Amino acid sequence: MNELIAKAKYLLSSKTVDVVIGYGKGSGKYARAEFIRKLDDADKMIYNETCIQNLATYVQKHEVKHLGKIAIVANNYTLRSLLVLASEFQFTEGQVLALYITPENKIVEMPDFKSIEDHLATVDTGLKPDEKEIVDRIEKMTVAERWDFWQKEFAKCFKCFACRSSCPLCYCTKCMTESNQPQWIPVAASDLGNMEWHIMRAMHLAGRCVNCGDCARACPMDIPLNLLTYNLIEGIEKDFGAKAGMKATDISTLSTFKPDDKENFIK
Amino acid sequence: MAEFEPKIVAFVCNWCTYAGADLTGTSRIKYAANVKIIRFPCTGRIDFMLLLKAFANGADGIIVSGCHPNDCHYTYGNFHARRRWMIFRKLIDFAGIDINRISFNWVSAAEGARWAEVVNTTVETVRKLGPYENYKQVALSIYDQEDKTHE
Repeated sequence: MNELIAKAKYLLSSKTVDVVIGYGKGSGKYARAEFIRKLDDADKMIYNETCIQNLATYVQKHEVKHLGKIAIVANNYTLRSLLVLASEFQFTEGQVLALYITPENKIVEMPDFKSIEDHLATVDTGLKPDEKEIVDRIEKMTVAERWDFWQKEFAKCFKCFACRSSCPLCYCTKCMTESNQPQWIPVAASDLGNMEWHIMRAMHLAGRCVNCGDCARACPMDIPLNLLTYNLIEGIEKDFGAKAGMKATDISTLSTFKPDDKENFIK
Repeated sequence: MAEFEPKIVAFVCNWCTYAGADLTGTSRIKYAANVKIIRFPCTGRIDFMLLLKAFANGADGIIVSGCHPNDCHYTYGNFHARRRWMIFRKLIDFAGIDINRISFNWVSAAEGARWAEVVNTTVETVRKLGPYENYKQVALSIYDQEDKTHE
């Protein structure tokens, strides 16, 4: 996409940013991330339907942070991830310049939180009908059926943690799964450890997940991990009217409360 | 065969339910002996992983109990806990874990009789549900692995 390449070159040559995170040709189904620091490298950039990875995941990495000011090619999910990261004080305004690409392939520069927030307010960020349908289908199963469904899925997991690495919001330097005093989650892949890991991962994303779906795409065993978070997103919107990543000043659902939160199961 | 005696783990807060359970005892109210009480500073301190760990270690049922809303010793620990349980309960239900085995309650320090009732009802519910075989099977998986490494 020539316009994008030109934009990247301009941003680098004018020293507006030090690195442009964009997409380059990948070896598999999807495009891979490219970190453009030299003008010539900008020609590697592509933008097409294979470019779906949520690049916000790199904003967090130390080796990327140290490069300086970042420009990042973004879709709506990326923008929302950026706002969640900002709301958790992971970077400050002005450190990241978002290059949002519209469905018509136009580039919109979003240098501050306000421009991202204003843009997100105009787009539909709810679950898509097909996503809702899968959640409904699983919810209609009996508990035993759901148990079997998930046990079969979790059994495939061999704990490569690609789901964690791909997630822009899984950025703890020490993950609970690596904690061994106490050992919360068995190290080796086992039915118990796999289930505990995936429930824990989903729970730690509750109220933060923006539903980009990268966890499921990153999974080499095709475990539909995003279903767990669909379910959370649906519930959180219903119970608390909250949606992650819409404002840089938001407090995540589990970090706050309302005295009149309504439930029907605490006796 | 003897009747199935469920193992119940109760996660309770120090200030209300633990004191309430103490009152049950000092009031000489008898209640089911199936429950093992674990005392926490506050319901807000009960990590959701502890509930999963209880099941993994052989619990058939779980009681979670603390101060009534607005009565928290730390002002709002139980409000945070309530949100967490709302989300967690929905998630594990979605993942196929039997949420009928977990009983969430508010029991104050003055409700000794109510604590006995909470325990008795939970024990009866879980007795009817039977041992949590599904989870026990899965929990055995880590021992399989350990056995293999020792061989």
